[in-house]
Amino acid sequence: MTARPQSMKSRITVRPREYHDSVRLMQVSAQVRRLDGVEEAILMMATDTNKNLLAAAGIAGREIQEAARDDLVIGVVARNADVADTAMAKAVNLLRSRTSDVRARQHVSLDTAVAAMPDASLALISIPGEYAVEETRKALRAGLNVMLFSDNVPLDDEIRLKRLAEERGLLLMGPDCGTAIIGGNGLGFANAVRSGTVGIVGASGTGIQEIAVQLHHRGLGVSHALGTGGRDLSASVGGLTMLRGIDMLAADPDTHVIVLTSKPPDRDVAARIVKRASACGKPVVVNFLGGDTVAVTRAGLVAAQTLTGAANRTVQLLRPNGRTAPASARSDNEFHRQVSEVAGLLSPKQVYLRGLFTGGTLCYEAMHVLQDHIGPVYSNIARQSGYHLGDCSRSREHTLIDMGDDLFTRGRPHPMIDPDLRNRRLLQESEESDVAVVLLDLVLGYGSHMDPAASLAETVRDARTRAAQDGRHLAVVASVCGTEQDPQGLARQKRLLADEGVVLAASNAEASRLAGMIVSTAAERTAGGASR
Amino acid sequence: MSKPKHDLLNSDLCVINVGLQQFAESLAEQSVEVAHVNWEPPAELEPELEQILEELL
Repeated sequence: MTARPQSMKSRITVRPREYHDSVRLMQVSAQVRRLDGVEEAILMMATDTNKNLLAAAGIAGREIQEAARDDLVIGVVARNADVADTAMAKAVNLLRSRTSDVRARQHVSLDTAVAAMPDASLALISIPGEYAVEETRKALRAGLNVMLFSDNVPLDDEIRLKRLAEERGLLLMGPDCGTAIIGGNGLGFANAVRSGTVGIVGASGTGIQEIAVQLHHRGLGVSHALGTGGRDLSASVGGLTMLRGIDMLAADPDTHVIVLTSKPPDRDVAARIVKRASACGKPVVVNFLGGDTVAVTRAGLVAAQTLTGAANRTVQLLRPNGRTAPASARSDNEFHRQVSEVAGLLSPKQVYLRGLFTGGTLCYEAMHVLQDHIGPVYSNIARQSGYHLGDCSRSREHTLIDMGDDLFTRGRPHPMIDPDLRNRRLLQESEESDVAVVLLDLVLGYGSHMDPAASLAETVRDARTRAAQDGRHLAVVASVCGTEQDPQGLARQKRLLADEGVVLAASNAEASRLAGMIVSTAAERTAGGASR
Repeated sequence: MSKPKHDLLNSDLCVINVGLQQFAESLAEQSVEVAHVNWEPPAELEPELEQILEELL
């Protein structure tokens, strides 16, 4: 925590038994923080994790220590007492004001909602994990399919709930299912992509988003995209949701090709998935990110190593003579020219790559792609032994961070909604003189921040200015996972980043390759220079 | 396996949203019929009271 001038005044209000969801609290915090003279404004439920976060921000006191986890804490720090009082009043007013124009009907419980909406086909549940199990059980018993967005659900509960869903012939997506598209409608974090004939079942949200977006950019569309949650393909869960998803898409007349995506699954589960897919009667593309492709190909399925690769293989299946790359993709010549140009701006001391991701699977895909260019990298989600980052608050050598890891999201919204933590980390990385390239993702779509490029562009400007003051050029490479139909608009988001000199790629895989090649080319030049 | 009430993929999507209100707003924006549950955590009871209630129920 940085020391604040003595004159700064803080105010703390605890509102007993007042609950608001974390996204709404973040939105009010952001509005109050924008007031002139306000240094910090935090609204949080008084859970133990949040009490620590408040203390780290310099907001502490007996009233916070004594608050219960269902109490709301409002803390502000401002230039003087008057501004602090105004900020506190503003926070309280914003909370009181009508929350939105949502045309949704409001209910006090799932039971009353089910009674009032007999046609409901799905419950979307995103309450804290400790309470989510009971609500999911209620929803399944009421005959509803469930998308369970919440994480922190115990594994045993996941298995029990998935078995209950199976008994009732229902689909349970999740826990920790971030993305789904049903009949062209996006649920959770989802992009506005064209409707079409490709059905997706994915164990990861951003994996589904990247494939759907890459299909869209290649002129194809999605019939449905079903999420399974990250643990579905583990030995304990056994792929219950993915197997059901394959059956549903196989029976769906609108789906002509099925794409499966996941990190490498448990071996036996992978075999079960491959067996079911090869018997489903439709062509299936399997992307087990960097996993074994032999069994997939042997079963007559199409294997893809990356998310973009999965989109390309799908295009080849549906349009055997069509172009696989989107119109916006670079030619090989252009790609190498850009690598060489950026590498030429780096000093010999700048040798490391740092990746800061909001999408976990995008981080994982980058790790896989970079292996061919710069070898293994450190990460909080590394699978390679010896490369797991112990202390995630500091990077070492080549590092990729999944900022959506539980470690960073406890008690605060996901970085796709709240860009603050990643922005801070970007500034931190820019201070290190041996960093050459920063690799970023930006995920648009429903559920995401309404203008993520604006604050990212501002942070990139600050980071590059700091580096320049130190006599360094900081290269920033990014891809934007989005479409023009997304609420944020793809073109504007890309322009904001391009205006700050960010090198934009057509996909996360291309961005990763570009960043890796910039680093390896710069290293070769330095080695060449040294040997002369 | 009992027959589900709805064929999820081949009927109009109709959602009950429990939790983040933003998700209900996104669905409404896409013209999906959605009901939002203003979920709140259940009241925390004193452990002794909880014990008594559990024995009674």
